[in-house]
Amino acid sequence: MADRSVTIIGSGPAGLTAALYTARANLKPLLVEGLEAGGQLMLTTMVENFPGFRNGIMGPELMAEMRAQAEHFGADVMQGDVVKVDLQRRPFTLSFANGKSVTTDTLIIATGASARWLDIGSDRNLSGHGVSTCATCDGYFFRGRPIAVVGGGDSAMEEANYLTRFASKVTVVHRRDSLRASKIMQDKAFANPKIEFIWDSEVADVLDEGSGEVKSIVVRNLKTGQQTTLPLDGVFIAIGHTPNTSLFKGQLALDANGYVVTHAGSKTSVEGVFAAGDVQDHVYRQAITAAGSGCMAAIDAERYLEGISDHDAPGPALQPTA
Amino acid sequence: MASEKVKTFTDNNFDDETSKGVVLVDFWAEWCGPCRRLAPTVDALASEFDGRATVAKLNVDENPNVPGRFAVRGIPTLLLFKEGQLAETIVGLRAKEDIAQMIERHLGADAAARRA
Repeated sequence: MADRSVTIIGSGPAGLTAALYTARANLKPLLVEGLEAGGQLMLTTMVENFPGFRNGIMGPELMAEMRAQAEHFGADVMQGDVVKVDLQRRPFTLSFANGKSVTTDTLIIATGASARWLDIGSDRNLSGHGVSTCATCDGYFFRGRPIAVVGGGDSAMEEANYLTRFASKVTVVHRRDSLRASKIMQDKAFANPKIEFIWDSEVADVLDEGSGEVKSIVVRNLKTGQQTTLPLDGVFIAIGHTPNTSLFKGQLALDANGYVVTHAGSKTSVEGVFAAGDVQDHVYRQAITAAGSGCMAAIDAERYLEGISDHDAPGPALQPTA
Repeated sequence: MASEKVKTFTDNNFDDETSKGVVLVDFWAEWCGPCRRLAPTVDALASEFDGRATVAKLNVDENPNVPGRFAVRGIPTLLLFKEGQLAETIVGLRAKEDIAQMIERHLGADAAARRA
């Protein structure tokens, strides 16, 4: 007998929607919120594209509402971080950082994705000392200072625009000669007098590790190979995300980029394990699509549980007919 | 709600307060979402290490000097001081158990030094 019929890892819109639906289905879900509780929306400001909020809603407030709604219907939200999962045996076992563990009949993976770093070493080493992946957290430290934003997508433009509130100048460094960001975000960025662009270029290095703070970046033009040093106080990296799937490596089918592979809705390569949100979606990556896929995972888990209880139950009425 | 075991440091009392023993300082601000997530962890650590190590918070909005001195340009950041010297830096969120182990490590070295 498993401790739980449904356990959900992750507390972004996917995890909390899965918790809401499975709680309403009376499955008494356990939701393990993880270190980055609330997910990526906790790092955003105004969310203007979540249906139902015509004036927009702050990301953290939206997450607090989703959480309260899930708890209202009986979801158990647990602080903590899963450090190990065993999907080889049933029921599945999850182990936590505090040494405790729980067994569960079904697992819904909603661990999301985290900001990607540049992979040049110096960016990680100077994290918190001028390199950041979170404008809303760290923008404040750059009042009146010049900074750079790396990337050309929606998040990069949102960060660049947001950071002009603080910074004296924001230089966007982008690998290509045009932005990937949506038209509305591009227009905002191009219209902002504090934002400048360096095209066809990547950040080759962040200096100065010796002094323990950011003093400049080395920008390499990908077409000419020419390198220039740009003095500044901060670098915000917005070059996309990597899925949080290291827990599942070797136990679950992942694609080449580490995303959980799903089929027929939210099903994964292991029966009884479902995935929802950014951990299995590198295409849409929206709050609303994450919430939608969380609902799908909840319904899939519920049907799976009905299937096993039918199968396990004795009595001729429930015998397989084949 | 912040635990009463967590001390409040400022630009003015920082050097005094960090001069002795093992001291963990949480650099935070009201508007910082991840800081709010870390707060319960810091509260719990203050209770856990009560009497053995000092656990404190420093509001970066109200106290700009200390963050500047230690090149803190991102929060939450945890700095661990031992006998007035900066010994460890943690940027961003971390599990309570990891932070506790780090504090223990420095307390352990202390105890060993006293025995010698």
